[in-house]
Amino acid sequence: MRRYKHVEEIIKLMWKPERIRNIGIVAHVDHGKTTLTDSLVAASGIISFDLAGEQLFTDFLDIEQQRGITVQTAAVSLAHTYEGNEYLINLLDTPGHVDFSGDVTRALRAIDGVIVVMDAVEGIMPQTETVTRQALQERTKPVLFINKVDRLITELKLSPEEIQARFAKLITKFNELIRRFAPKDVAADWMVNVENGSVAFGSAKEKWAISIPQMKKKNISFKDIYQAYQEGRQAELAKLTPLYEVVLDMVIRHLPDPKAAQQKRVPVLWKGDIESEIGKAMLSADPNGKLCMVITDIVVDEQAGVISTGRIFSGTVEKGKAVKLLNAKQTSKIQQVSIYMGPDRVIVDKVPAGNIAALIGMKEAVVGETLMEEGVDAPGFEELRYISEPVVTVAIEPKNFQELPKLVDRLNKIAKEDPNIRVKINEETGEYLVSGMGEVHLEIVEYKLREAGLEVKTSEPIVVYRETVTKHAGPVEGKSPNRHNRFMISVEPLEPEVIKAIEDKRITDDQDRKERAALLRELGWDTHLARNVIAVVGPNVLINATKGVQFMRDVQDYIIEAFKNVVEEGPLMREPCRGLKVIIEDAMLHEDSVHRGPAQIIPAVRRPILACVLLGDPIVLEPLLKLEVKVPQEFMGGATKVIQGRRGRIIDMQTEEDIIVLQALLPVANSFGLAADLRSETEGRAIWATEFAKFEKLPPELQQQVIQNTRKRKGLKPEPPKPEEFMEK
Amino acid sequence: MPLIFVGLGLERAGISVRGLEEARRADAVYAEFYTSIVPRLSVEELQQLIGKPVRVVDRKTVEENPDEILRRAKRERVVFLVPGDPMVATTHVDLRLRAHRMNIQTEIVHAGSILSAVAGAAGLQSYKFGASATIPFPDNPSSRPYEILVQNKQRGLHTLLLLDFRAEEERAMTANQAIEIMSGLERKHGKKVFLPETLAVVVARVGDPDARVRAAMIRELASQDFGDPPHSLVVPGALHFMEGEALKVFGGAPADVVDQLVR
Ligand SMILES: Nc1nc2c(ncn2[C@@H]2O[C@H](COP(=O)(O)OP(=O)(O)OP(=O)(O)O)[C@@H](O)[C@H]2O)c(=O)[nH]1
Ligand SMILES: [Mg+2]
Repeated sequence: MRRYKHVEEIIKLMWKPERIRNIGIVAHVDHGKTTLTDSLVAASGIISFDLAGEQLFTDFLDIEQQRGITVQTAAVSLAHTYEGNEYLINLLDTPGHVDFSGDVTRALRAIDGVIVVMDAVEGIMPQTETVTRQALQERTKPVLFINKVDRLITELKLSPEEIQARFAKLITKFNELIRRFAPKDVAADWMVNVENGSVAFGSAKEKWAISIPQMKKKNISFKDIYQAYQEGRQAELAKLTPLYEVVLDMVIRHLPDPKAAQQKRVPVLWKGDIESEIGKAMLSADPNGKLCMVITDIVVDEQAGVISTGRIFSGTVEKGKAVKLLNAKQTSKIQQVSIYMGPDRVIVDKVPAGNIAALIGMKEAVVGETLMEEGVDAPGFEELRYISEPVVTVAIEPKNFQELPKLVDRLNKIAKEDPNIRVKINEETGEYLVSGMGEVHLEIVEYKLREAGLEVKTSEPIVVYRETVTKHAGPVEGKSPNRHNRFMISVEPLEPEVIKAIEDKRITDDQDRKERAALLRELGWDTHLARNVIAVVGPNVLINATKGVQFMRDVQDYIIEAFKNVVEEGPLMREPCRGLKVIIEDAMLHEDSVHRGPAQIIPAVRRPILACVLLGDPIVLEPLLKLEVKVPQEFMGGATKVIQGRRGRIIDMQTEEDIIVLQALLPVANSFGLAADLRSETEGRAIWATEFAKFEKLPPELQQQVIQNTRKRKGLKPEPPKPEEFMEK
Repeated sequence: MPLIFVGLGLERAGISVRGLEEARRADAVYAEFYTSIVPRLSVEELQQLIGKPVRVVDRKTVEENPDEILRRAKRERVVFLVPGDPMVATTHVDLRLRAHRMNIQTEIVHAGSILSAVAGAAGLQSYKFGASATIPFPDNPSSRPYEILVQNKQRGLHTLLLLDFRAEEERAMTANQAIEIMSGLERKHGKKVFLPETLAVVVARVGDPDARVRAAMIRELASQDFGDPPHSLVVPGALHFMEGEALKVFGGAPADVVDQLVR
């Protein structure tokens, strides 16, 4: 382990909330987050100053170093002196690649402010917009760092005036995002501004930065910087106006300390009563209050076991304390507490509210879980809102069959650490199916398996489709195998507004019934249906519309189980369902519970739902990506050719000087290998990015073929079942 | 041709003479053993007795694919052997209805049923029983047996509690497990109908020469071993003095506890 001269100082600072900043660095891929983090870390003395920018301290996985991209969030704590006072900065370097956007979602729960890094050459890219929007919605305040300014001078050879004009434009656009997406009460206040120093410019690589307050303080101007480059003296800039000084000063001045931040964030992110004792403790980040912490990262370590990292909102974590895991409904004891220093964890005695800490001893913890001190009766934090879902799958098998148990073990570990990875076994073929956010995400899984010494074979990427209905069907009768229980069930398409509300987590499975009913009524639902929702799984809803049927409560769990069964694997091709509204219209149940056990009820409910889906003119939905391409005019033809050749649809086209900005929708199914294609058609001149957009109906001419291919791949007969197969004779 | 439901009664030799004749006469004989256990009965012995093969069918076949049995019954005489009395405790009325719909004539040959035998063995009068219920294993929990007990008690009626049996998993509930489950329901609902000092009767292997009847306070029954299943449990309501006498004599019930219930 490295030696850290700062551990002692950091431990002292942890107890002074006004001297703490919990921040994240977010940006589009490759805009320089990790390089910036490195420079900051270097200045704090953890790594040598000269190595910064090359060593990529927080990219400590080999694959990150090799590929030059960050694939998981890294945490590091720094000390910085500002106006004579020492401050503690807990910093999270997040990945920029869209496949790892889940990491950003998780990191945002732990922090109070972000540095948005923007590449001065590329400008605002899709992920810049997405991460900024995510940060604003989580109520984390942004400051802006415009990076790679050296390239404007040395490569694009812009004049100082042109550079300043460019900055002005980027800032205006950035503020436009804030205006649109920041919470209304703070939008005006959170706009960034050159004058007050909430914007800085510089070069993370060359370790200098500048802002207006810095110019005044050091009496330098942008001309001086420009001049230094002209005369080949840019190396001096890192001493003259060091990056860490400008950026960390900006962070301390403009981003809130944990106490101030929690005042605003807790009422929005936490579901409990802020007037309660624990509520008050959280609002004031009280280290003497009862403990409440949110897990934002999980690592399964060979030796230590499950390491749960998260943000402490109130109380103090220390060894031996008993806590409840609210979602898992379990209690646990904290076995060890530590803080992060780059890749290393340093064990400490305790960590108070307002900080980020790592715990050992919570075997059942998952990301997003709320830890509450034993004895406190309060709800947890809002669920994390991921902006995308796993839409690409590969089948993985070990080269050596004997290694199957090891593969399963590894995959489970990976899935525990990264909630955006799903692992499933295909019962028919025995393959392990791993789903992720995109191709790169899955490559990383493969890499991690190889790292663990496993040799694996992976299939070509497989698209994850959805099944849905287009019209009302039913009621269809379902009987239990012993015929003593009957259900009448119908299925219809769920309204798009309701789907959206579920995806925005405004309607959830564990929500208070009355609250959910009120929302559904607002969305136009009948009172009886709105009140009797008994399950929300994916964007699908199950309603018990029966009136006065005896024993319904006893069998509710089995009914829900049957519903889950169908929505996880629809009848068309065993893909998940999306947008089903399943209504139990009527039921008759045997009075003796041994005649209405799960083996009787589950098929009696499952079969009519399947029949209804098949009767409801079912269709396949496919995932689409949003693709943005910035390309010089003369290569636009090449770019559009690639898009159209892949069933893409151009939805917007704008000109920025001599650059064309294309927005397109592209099926995930046709996106594999896009990078190489775009590169060759535009001679490498296109800058582009994709992100998940939505699910949309697969064109009619492809429906048949996709159903058959998917079924074949899963080892099913090519034709989907007929509704009659699930109906009573 | 008919489909004849023949009861096997409650023990090895519980089938009636008429039932045996029907089985011997039949073209095909089916049997199920998933609804209950018949003590000491073996399929081999049954085949010898009848003189022809007996096809044992499982729940899945009877409930989901009864077509084979029904198709045969359309052309031939088919006997379906069922533990106890064929249409009691667990009913096969669905199969009978299906047969009827296919214009297959049906007949029933009755035999001893747990419902009447338990009452008789314990010395309780069968017309004084209220609704009965089955106590399910804890993975399929239900408050129903407890609710039934409460209702019967209020009306002074006896309650027969049958115990869950899952042939598929080779599990039969013992009286001890049943007492534990019911005591749990008592703690949860607190209607004071199944307390440690409540009088109850355990009847094990009813109808079999090796049957056992034990009437005592629940506290005492909880830890006793009653031997092989099937077991059933009775919670008496108000007692006629003759019933009280019988519980003492045949079930070894303590006089003071019984006398409290005699009206
Ligand atoms: N010229 C120049 N290059 C830079 C600067 N900052 C970063 N780079 C280069 O940009 C590339 C990407 O930098 P990273 O720091 O890995 O970017 P990132 O934002 O962390 O990337 P992801 O984590 O993968 O999203 C590297 O080749 C850096 O050397 C800069 O100020 N000037
Ligand atoms: Mg990075």
